[in-house]
Amino acid sequence: MRSPAIEVTGLHKSYGAHEAVAGVDLHMEEGEILAFLGPNGAGKTTTVEILEGFRARTAGKVSVLGQDPASAGLDWRERIGIVLQESQPEEYLTVAETVIMWAAYFPAPRPVSEVLKLVGLADHRDQRVGRLSGGQRRRLDLALALVGNPELLFLDEPTTGFDPTARREAWAMIDGLRDLGVTVLLTTHYMDEAQNLADRISVIAAGQIIAKGTAADLAEAASLQTRISWNAQEVPLDELPDQLRAAAAVLKEAGEHGETSTSPGEGPATLVIETDQVTDTVAVLLATARRLRGSVESLEVRAPTLEDTYLALVSETDSAEEPSP
Amino acid sequence: MNGGSLQQLATQTRFDFVLLWRNPLASFFTVVLPLIFLFVLTALFGNDLVTPVGPKLASRFVPGIIALSVVQASFVNLAIVTVFRRETSILKRVRGTPIRPWVFMGGLVATAYAVIALMAVLMALIGWAVYDVDLLWKTVPSLIVTLIIGGAVFCALGLAFTNLVPNETTGPPFLNLVVLPLYFVSDVYVPATDETPRAITLIGDIFPIRHLAVALQRSFDPLSDESIWPVTNWLVMAAWGVAGALIVTRWFRWTPRD
Repeated sequence: MRSPAIEVTGLHKSYGAHEAVAGVDLHMEEGEILAFLGPNGAGKTTTVEILEGFRARTAGKVSVLGQDPASAGLDWRERIGIVLQESQPEEYLTVAETVIMWAAYFPAPRPVSEVLKLVGLADHRDQRVGRLSGGQRRRLDLALALVGNPELLFLDEPTTGFDPTARREAWAMIDGLRDLGVTVLLTTHYMDEAQNLADRISVIAAGQIIAKGTAADLAEAASLQTRISWNAQEVPLDELPDQLRAAAAVLKEAGEHGETSTSPGEGPATLVIETDQVTDTVAVLLATARRLRGSVESLEVRAPTLEDTYLALVSETDSAEEPSP
Repeated sequence: MNGGSLQQLATQTRFDFVLLWRNPLASFFTVVLPLIFLFVLTALFGNDLVTPVGPKLASRFVPGIIALSVVQASFVNLAIVTVFRRETSILKRVRGTPIRPWVFMGGLVATAYAVIALMAVLMALIGWAVYDVDLLWKTVPSLIVTLIIGGAVFCALGLAFTNLVPNETTGPPFLNLVVLPLYFVSDVYVPATDETPRAITLIGDIFPIRHLAVALQRSFDPLSDESIWPVTNWLVMAAWGVAGALIVTRWFRWTPRD
């Protein structure tokens, strides 16, 4: 039977009276990509640094590739790769020289040209690191993490500061690691990144895992509904059947300062219904429009995104943290 | 130590040397500046005979400037590079790889020794060819021992000093604050004479730079009646080196402050 790549139970880390990590459980299978999400200060980096062996824990059981990172030796380090949130390779070396230097740190490195090709830097091998763009430097960061041929890769916000094209390219690259059988623990603030890359997601807030599973599992946990909206001029509130009228909220168009209000005001308003009964609601809405001999060109049906789910989950934790008045 | 570690050390040294060479500021302060000082000192003070029977005044400047090169190549360069690597998380990343810490740091130390050897030979040759400085073959073994001890001591102190430097921008000013005044009281620019105030030489005697400079002077002084083996200077330097090494093993930081 294959052992899990990461197995964490009851992880605690305290700094004096402050408990940064308060009982985290994590489980990762080999070859899996797990997105680890959470607001700043939620204990995300502390947890990852404990897994990387950079920090000692206060309590709990941690096994990474079958070993305890707190006591693991250099042979364990041969099997992991790390991309830190911020790091800056030496700017006076060329791309190839930097990778050659890092390859020497590992007993069985990947060939340098293969690594450069993998991260899309083959055409820049003789360029000085100081002259690379931000995105290219990040690729080099990834190259340095991959050159040791790791079984497990820690990626801490790998695409922060990327333009949309560079981000898509980075995703394709990370997705390609799947074919190499690399297990990836991905920390990110971009929900689309997590949605695109991760097999599973774990959300941490206030030092505890508040949700885990696939994006769909999380949406269910957050019990968010699909949002149906349309322009009130096409189908006014008064024309709706009773049961829909009760569920609909009037949302004034975003004003100059981007403010919204739920009271009907001057100008075109948007009507919104949040519901699980998407088909029935849309059918009633269309029937009403037909009865009015009109149309609902502005109709928008939006399923909750991972971002909505995440924000809902995290805000639940926030309000639970607030002392009640 | 095994073959793998030696191979790693060779690779690390190669790239650390390339990095020093390509970094304009680092190569200026370790290689060019000592050369400029040698030329400026001889231009300012001339190159007359120190006594009626010799030697030339430049034979006092050459060992002083070699001492300067040793301190710049080991203490100053090692501290600046290490603080920079710590603050830009390069050290943290390296800690996340299987390379042994001493092998990684060994690259910088070996680079310091390469520069020290280069500068000592260059200064001695310029002194001999341009300024009539006598090269004393019988003191060469003692000169080599002084350079080996000096390199090790100032590398250890450079690493120890990184604990006092909060971030990479304060590295160079902090280091200059320490070494510049010490150079003046340590026989580096101008050797002490009988007229030098006692307080100055006393301050210089506490710190290791003067002991390095004095030990090197002994190797370039054909008229010295002292032993060619400056054991006391070596011992004082070694004491500083041991203190530095203890600080490194106890307090060296691989990561930026939280």
